[in-house]
Amino acid sequence: MEPQLTKRFGLRDSHTLKVSLQTGGYASLKNLFGMKPEQVIEEVKTSGLKGRGGAGFSAGMKWSFVPKNTGKPVYLAVNADEGEPGTFTDRYVLTYDPHLLLEGIICASYAIGCHTAYIYVRGEFLDQIKILERAIEEAEKAKYLGKNIQGSGYDLQVHVHRGAGAYICGEETGLLESLEGKPGKPRIKPPFPAVSGLFGCPTIINNVKTLASVPWIIQNGGKAYAAIGTKDSTGTSVFSLSGHVNQPGYWEMPFGLPMLEFIETYGKGVKGGKLKAVIPGGSSTPVLTPKECETLTLCYESMQSHGTFLGTGGAIILNDQTDMAKILKSMTAFYSEESCGQCTPCREGTAWENRLMKKILDGEATSKELDLMLTIADNMEGHTICAHAAACAMPVRSFIKKFPADFEKYLVKNTTAVPAQIH
Amino acid sequence: MAVEFKKETVQEFEEIASRYPVRRAALLPALWLAQREFGWISPEVMEAVASLVGCSPVQVLEVAQFYSMYHKQKPGKHHLQVCQTVVCLMNGSEKILRMLEEKLGLKPGEATPDGQFSLQTVECLASCHTGPCMRVNDIYHEHMTVEKTEQLLEELKKK
Repeated sequence: MEPQLTKRFGLRDSHTLKVSLQTGGYASLKNLFGMKPEQVIEEVKTSGLKGRGGAGFSAGMKWSFVPKNTGKPVYLAVNADEGEPGTFTDRYVLTYDPHLLLEGIICASYAIGCHTAYIYVRGEFLDQIKILERAIEEAEKAKYLGKNIQGSGYDLQVHVHRGAGAYICGEETGLLESLEGKPGKPRIKPPFPAVSGLFGCPTIINNVKTLASVPWIIQNGGKAYAAIGTKDSTGTSVFSLSGHVNQPGYWEMPFGLPMLEFIETYGKGVKGGKLKAVIPGGSSTPVLTPKECETLTLCYESMQSHGTFLGTGGAIILNDQTDMAKILKSMTAFYSEESCGQCTPCREGTAWENRLMKKILDGEATSKELDLMLTIADNMEGHTICAHAAACAMPVRSFIKKFPADFEKYLVKNTTAVPAQIH
Repeated sequence: MAVEFKKETVQEFEEIASRYPVRRAALLPALWLAQREFGWISPEVMEAVASLVGCSPVQVLEVAQFYSMYHKQKPGKHHLQVCQTVVCLMNGSEKILRMLEEKLGLKPGEATPDGQFSLQTVECLASCHTGPCMRVNDIYHEHMTVEKTEQLLEELKKK
């Protein structure tokens, strides 16, 4: 397979314009400017490219939602606020091939009629921010950005915006709030950002890898892209492994590889024991048992048929020495810490789940508390502005239901021994 | 005591503010400039940021409090941020944190009286394959062990 997203990763100075141009960088612009914006959108629709940030929505479809002739500027916001636990591949696209992202930004911006794009990068990625700023400067000097790009008559400014440590800003409307200089509290939809987003104007928010996939599509055509991968998961992505594997890391490949083969061949097998569980696409995605993994492949549809999600493609592998209760306690702490606090079910629910997990691990809980955790999960999900509460509820439910023994061993058997407590 | 931005910083801010159609959008960048210049975001600094951006001090407070990377209290010269999220935890980040707490006599959120070190637990740093992971100021330290962290601590003490 010809790599699309990682082809420059091994090259010396791969982040520079010089190396990018030597290896076919910005070559898609020739095709791009020969096409009408609508044709670009059609081509990306044909490619079947889906958002790589977690939601998996059709990229071309999303772009087509931008209303025409509103008299308002259109914005592109690039989501480089990578922070989903178990996910770390956007970081390397930014580090090793910033020009590929810029090329993708040009393609997307041209398609949606945008002349100002913002790259929202998580605050911790200071190195990547510096690399991006240098890349933008280089691209401007060489007329790949700025006014009249390569004589096409098309103008585009790209700015980097540094986040400051808030997971919720990876949620697309939280990201917009943050870009506007506010706390990153997600907005109620509708209106959807494509209609009313940044500064009240039509806005498209795309993930780093989604945009980095676009130049190949423009150069080789949507049909060629759709021929790679599986029927509903076209193209390639960068998948990763972390946790209990002998070789953690990231690899670009077409969609459709069996999960167990991924762990064995790429991760060099499970470290420190046998396979106990797989969290397939970032910590929010429901956990799977080894039995479920037997038929699981790395694509959107297989994940869905197994009751989980591809998410970001960042799989966390857990061995049979793992105490799932301790893992869930850490996860509930994460979601509680990162809840923006505006919706009561999420703010209170995530914190309550975390307190209950602590109580269970301290040996002070009965089966009532375990049941309560499931009830809270059901009451959090779907009752909030954004998916953060669901992102906590899904691991809570799947961990407790699929690995009950790990929780039951901490429970006090005799319920009368524990005084009733008000939470 | 009121604080004032350097002239160059004000100029730098104006260039940044020109990237947005609304001046308020430059509040996060303004807080970054403020943190670079003053080390942390004190109430006086918040007032200076408010007048620079043209918003109210309470709006600056609200934003500064929402984002964990803005220091609302003075950090140590070496600000240690240890990831405690799931994958780093699976790989032993708890032991590293315990060791740092013991050696420095600190709980997360505290700084040593001499101002050399401060300790903070942080959530996922997007470095799960190279965990346990921590940051010292803006530098990532990956594949950490208790021994490596002890060594790092000794090196930092000499700086």
